[in-house]
This record gives sequence, C-alpha cells and structure tokens, in this order.
Amino acid sequence: MLTPVTDADGAPFWEYAARGELRVQACADCGEARFPPRPCCPHCQSFACEWRPVPGRGRVWSYVVAHPPLLPGYAEQAPYNVVVVELEEAPRIRLVGNVVAHAGARLDSVDPGRLRIGARVRAVFSGGLPQWVLA
Amino acid sequence: MAAPGTAPGIKDAAAIVGIGQTAFARHLAEDERTLACRAVLAALDDAGIAPGEVDALASYTMEDTDEVELAKAVGFGDLTFFGKVGYGGGGSCATVAHLAAAIATGQATVGVAWRSRKRGSGPRPWTNTTAQLPTPAQWTRPFGLLRPADEIAMLARRYMHEYGVTRDHLFNVALACRNRANQNPAAVMYDRPLTREMYMTSRWISEPLCLYDNCLETDGALACVVVGRERARDCRQRPVYVHAAAQGLPAQHHGMVNYWTDDPLTGPAWTAARHLWKHADLTPRDVDVAQIYDAFTPLIPLSLEGYGFCARGEGGAFTEQGALETGGRLPVNTAGGGLSEAYVHGFNLITEGVRQLRGTSTAQVPGAAACLVTAGEDVPTSALLLRS
Ligand SMILES: [Zn+2]
Repeated sequence: MLTPVTDADGAPFWEYAARGELRVQACADCGEARFPPRPCCPHCQSFACEWRPVPGRGRVWSYVVAHPPLLPGYAEQAPYNVVVVELEEAPRIRLVGNVVAHAGARLDSVDPGRLRIGARVRAVFSGGLPQWVLA
Repeated sequence: MAAPGTAPGIKDAAAIVGIGQTAFARHLAEDERTLACRAVLAALDDAGIAPGEVDALASYTMEDTDEVELAKAVGFGDLTFFGKVGYGGGGSCATVAHLAAAIATGQATVGVAWRSRKRGSGPRPWTNTTAQLPTPAQWTRPFGLLRPADEIAMLARRYMHEYGVTRDHLFNVALACRNRANQNPAAVMYDRPLTREMYMTSRWISEPLCLYDNCLETDGALACVVVGRERARDCRQRPVYVHAAAQGLPAQHHGMVNYWTDDPLTGPAWTAARHLWKHADLTPRDVDVAQIYDAFTPLIPLSLEGYGFCARGEGGAFTEQGALETGGRLPVNTAGGGLSEAYVHGFNLITEGVRQLRGTSTAQVPGAAACLVTAGEDVPTSALLLRS
C-alpha cells in the first residue's frame, strides 16, 4: 500500500492525522482555508498560515469503484470505493478517501451499493490516514 | 498591418503543410527514437521540404526523443527555436501553437512538431510508485485513486449526477469514434465494430467508466510541418492554416484531480475557448468537424460544453441522435481518435484535422473548411482552430 509522499507544505496535515486530528491549512491573515496546502495565500498573498481543526463531518461529493488492473495491495481489495468528501465546515475543502465499515477496515468493507452522492460521513483514523464511515 | 495598439497576432500567419506517421499497433518493434525519425521524415516528405531547412521544433515534456537526438539523426539545419509543452495530452495543440507563434514573430521559418510513444509496449505510467510528484499525489494515491481513469471517473460521476448524463451518452461517444475507426485502415480498431451490448456488458475499470470509456494503449509516432503563409503557398500540399490557437490553465486549477475549485466541472477547455474564439473570425457554428481529445469518453461532452457547442450541462444530450456521427450536427474524431484509432497523446487528432481540410480523410465531411482540434481536458490544455 502507498503511503503519502509528503512535502513541506503537506507534512503538517499528516502529522495531525497521525494523532487522529483533522486539520486544514488556513491563512493567518485573511482567514481563508485552502487545500491542498501551499506556501502562501492566493487571496491575500500572506505567507502566514495556521492549521485549523475541523470536526470531520462531510458529505460524499463523488465516488468511484476501482477494479483491476491496480497495484498489488489495492488489487487484493478490489473492487473498492474511493470518495471525495466535501467538509461541512468548509465546503470548498474536499478530501479524497475511502468509506469503510470502521477505522482500520479494508477498502472493500462497505458495499458500494450503499454509497450515494450526498451521503453523510464522518472522519475516523487508522495508520496515520483519515478514513470515512457512513454517519 | 495591425491597427495601432493591437498585436498582429497569429491569425492565419502559419499553416500546416506536411503530416507524417508510422503504423499504429499495440506493439511495434522499433524504438521511440526511430519511430520519431520516421514520422518526422514522412511529414517533411509530405510537405516537400528538406530536413536541412527545419529551424524550429516543438514537442511534449513527456517526449523521450529530445531535440538533439532528433536533429542529428534526420539532418536538421541550425535550430533557432525549440521548446516543449507540459501536461501530457494537454500539450498536443500547443506544440503547433508555439511553432505558429515563433514563425509569426520571425523566430523561425520551418517548424516540426512531433510525438513518439510506445505506450502499448511500455509500462503504464501509473504503475511507477517511485517517481510520484509529492503534490498532489499525497492527497490521492494512498487511498487507491491510482490511475488517470480513476481521477476522471470521479469527475464523471459528479458530472452524471449534476446533469443527468448517462452511460448511453458515453456510449454514443465511444461508438462514434469506433465507427470512424472502422472506416480508417490505419486505425488499431479498423476491423473491430462496437455494439451497445458489448459496451454495456464490458468489464468496469473505474465505475462509472468501463473498458470502452478508456482510450487505447498504442505504439506509434506522428509529426507535422508548420511554415509561414507565404511559404505555404509553394508547398506540395494544400495549406491548412492555423486560424487561432490557445492554451488554457484556469485560475486555481489543480490538474487531473481538479476537485478543489469552486466549480470542478468547468475545466481548462473553458479558458482556452474564451481566448480561441476571441481571436477567431469564426464561431462554434462555423465548425464543420471537430477532433476532440478523448483519453476518456466523458472528456468529449465536457469539451463540447467548454468550447461552446452547447450550453453548460448539455454535453451529454448533445451526443444524442447521431450528432457526433458522419452527417450529424458535429462529426468528431473522424479517424477514430484516441479511443479507436491510436492513443498517441492526441497528435493523431491534429493530423486528422489536417486531412479533413485537405479533403483526404477516410470519413471525409463534404466541403469541410473549419476544424477544431483540442488537447486533453481536465489538464492544462490547448486548442487549434484550423481552416483551409
Ligand atoms: Zn489570506
């Protein structure tokens, strides 16, 4: 399985995720949240940023069900879902992830037939990655 | 002369006067460099121009045959302009656009653009787990969003949800491309008809996209020759003028995983289209035939919206009643496109646009005088408006 190959901008997201916290980068001057993280604010050009905790509630914006050919590790769990979740607290922040039965469950642990655009989900954490369960 | 205060621009300043290609197949024996040389020499021969006259080159950043290797192998003259364009299939039309701009501004006189790729024989790029860019792959790949098909399927599901686009609409796209390939002996799928039943029962790749929503995996190379309008009149072939050209990278765009803008379903096509039509004497209604980048079927309805052939959300409905077929409202990908002729990062769409305006396509649109050619949608893109 692939782990995040991170960079200076993205590293804090993963450090918080490893502690079970969902945080997004926001401008410390104008307050606008932004994703993916980047060095400065596209709204006011400030380089000052903060990592804002978000409650981790969202809705499925879209999803796919991936079938082989896939990388080993993923192929063994296929078909599995990948979702884009739109955060309730910050509608333009959308996170790619997987809807699973419980934290740490396999990628194919939820029947894809249960997924719908608009379905409510909440964040859980496993192995340093955020995952999503149906709310 | 241009009016005071306005740039003269590139409108009709340059023309494509030569096209060339190798065979297309799942596997070709020769290497990419050799295929590039063959396609380039074929294009120069088509134009009736000697290799020693070439002074400009343009290709893709993903092209592995670099300028030095190509120039010394085929015997180009001194080069004064060369450049490469990024973003995979988004760069196809930009290669010709850059040559046209160089020629219009006097930086060069004879330009060659090319693409050589053994995507059929070679590894699938997404299987490389070591050469991943840190951003944005860290936000997608750990979760199993691994392939371009997955990335586009995510947008496709949302597009279908918002606008009632159906699998039948996507089938219409796949079928139009396949039907044209069935008329083109050079197409990989020349002798392989497609039916609705085959489409609807095929295996999934990434739901909602099935096998036939995905382009081919092809070995092959193509090239074209661009010269100024004066020189074009003396060439062997009827000139095909670059009437307008544009690139498009929208504000806050994120590439193929464009999930983080206010409106992810208006992509780079919209940006390129605004510039293209602003600088053209033509409108979408004047376009007789179009070659629309088709790595995945949903890119065609999205592009039809972006380039103004229909309104927002109407791209799926546009494909109904044979609109994309010969004799339809807008025949597309008349050699078969990436879905059914060959997938060579969209360069075969450029050469087919040229054939339509020469009147030599295997699925000729009678009297075609204007052809839109587009590059990859959902990546930073480019487009050409060609006319005879
Ligand atoms: Zn700011």
